[in-house]
Amino acid sequence: MIVDVRDVEYEIASRVILSGLDLTVRRGRITAIMGPSGTGKTTLLKLITAEAAPTRGRVLVFGQDLATLDRAQVFAMRKRLGVLFQNGALLTDMDVFENVAFPLREHTDLSEPLIRALVVAKLNAVGLRGAAELMPAELSGGMARRVALARAIVMDPEILIYDEPFVGLDPISRGVILRLVRQMNDGLGITSIVVSHDVHDLAQIADDSYLLSGGRVVAQGTPQELAASESAVVRQFMQGIADGPVPFHYPAPDLRTQLESVDER
Amino acid sequence: MSAVRVTGQLALFLLGLLAQCGPALARPRLVVQQIYNAGARSLIIVMLSGFFVGMVLGLQGFDLLQRFGSEDALGVAAALSLLKELGPVVTALLFAGRAGTSLTSEIGLMRATDQLNAMQIMAVDPLRYVVAPRFLGGVIAMPLLAAMFNVVGLFGAQLVGVQLMGVDRGAFWSQMQGSVELNDVWEGVVKSCVFGVACSLIAVHSGYTAEPTAEGVGLATTRTVVASSVLTLFLDYMLTAAFL
Repeated sequence: MIVDVRDVEYEIASRVILSGLDLTVRRGRITAIMGPSGTGKTTLLKLITAEAAPTRGRVLVFGQDLATLDRAQVFAMRKRLGVLFQNGALLTDMDVFENVAFPLREHTDLSEPLIRALVVAKLNAVGLRGAAELMPAELSGGMARRVALARAIVMDPEILIYDEPFVGLDPISRGVILRLVRQMNDGLGITSIVVSHDVHDLAQIADDSYLLSGGRVVAQGTPQELAASESAVVRQFMQGIADGPVPFHYPAPDLRTQLESVDER
Repeated sequence: MSAVRVTGQLALFLLGLLAQCGPALARPRLVVQQIYNAGARSLIIVMLSGFFVGMVLGLQGFDLLQRFGSEDALGVAAALSLLKELGPVVTALLFAGRAGTSLTSEIGLMRATDQLNAMQIMAVDPLRYVVAPRFLGGVIAMPLLAAMFNVVGLFGAQLVGVQLMGVDRGAFWSQMQGSVELNDVWEGVVKSCVFGVACSLIAVHSGYTAEPTAEGVGLATTRTVVASSVLTLFLDYMLTAAFL
């Protein structure tokens, strides 16, 4: 196991986001983390990258309990993983080449020709070798995400985390990202954690899946096992049913009471 | 209590920032770029303002001194006003409005678009890479801008006083040379350095702690101008009292 989340609880501003969460990510596999909006998927990613600390429980990455690491050790751990943010998070004052070269310049003493070779190779892997001199503002959403992926893999990380990689993309771009996720995993042996609620896309690439709801894991297994589940909450999510265990209506007082109070006003 | 908490946060932020200034200086290219952004790009507004302030000094100074038959002291009056007060203070206020808001909105937008988070995930400290060079750029640029303000202001004062109002050119410059001491110059330099630290710190802190929304960045830029202006005027009083 390369990532091990044990009985984690996370609370912020008196709101419990995660409760009793247990989850493992196996080395070399693509693990999908799915769930309705607001169920704590992004929070879980922040716990894994040590951007946040759990209120209770343990998060182990590369066998190390993140709570026991000091700042330098956290930074050393982060050099072994890459994150693809939902909007790419490219540095807007640098062109594509410099964005991808950024981690190499900050963490290595490689010569300029070697940096150039590495950056060109990574851009080639995502199909954007010809876009090296473009600025982030000139890129489409899909291209920006691919550049961000090239940047995330330039240090050859052991874990790649994808935060909602398919959001806002057209079908062709989604196909490209799907292909790249699989290629990174198979070709480079990178362990992948994909957070998404795109059930159909994830079913094509995920080896293991976890479904989060109410801040805990409600189902786990292969995408096919989840699709065949009899659980009401799993079926509601997998089939996109509007109302069910995750209610359509946000908690509100009785309709009659609310209408009467409007009249009185 | 919230004012005490904010002051404490600012102090801790400053300590963390100062610790990163050394490593930031090891990357001079970044600092030079920020000196250009904060300093060179503020030159036009500082020089224009200095020119007009100098001209007003010439007019008002002449009018006032003429009542006592001391028009020849216009040079001294203009120089001391600019060096000790107007140069550092007005430059700091202009800096807060132009460069300070630019720093705040730039860093705030970087936070709103996850760029700072991305750096942390890439094991790059945003304080070292983004904030410290911008802070150093402001601190280095401020005294230089104040000096430019003073030079252009003196030119404006002599343009009005000597060319327009007829004050004797020799008296204008010789009285200035005889009465303005090095301490007066140092007072202005120290003030502009202190204002540079204060305004730059407020600008980068506001951006760094801004809520990652459009409204949050807007509020942060407003906070930068207001806080920098008030703090500048407060520090001006304290430093003036200390020098006297």
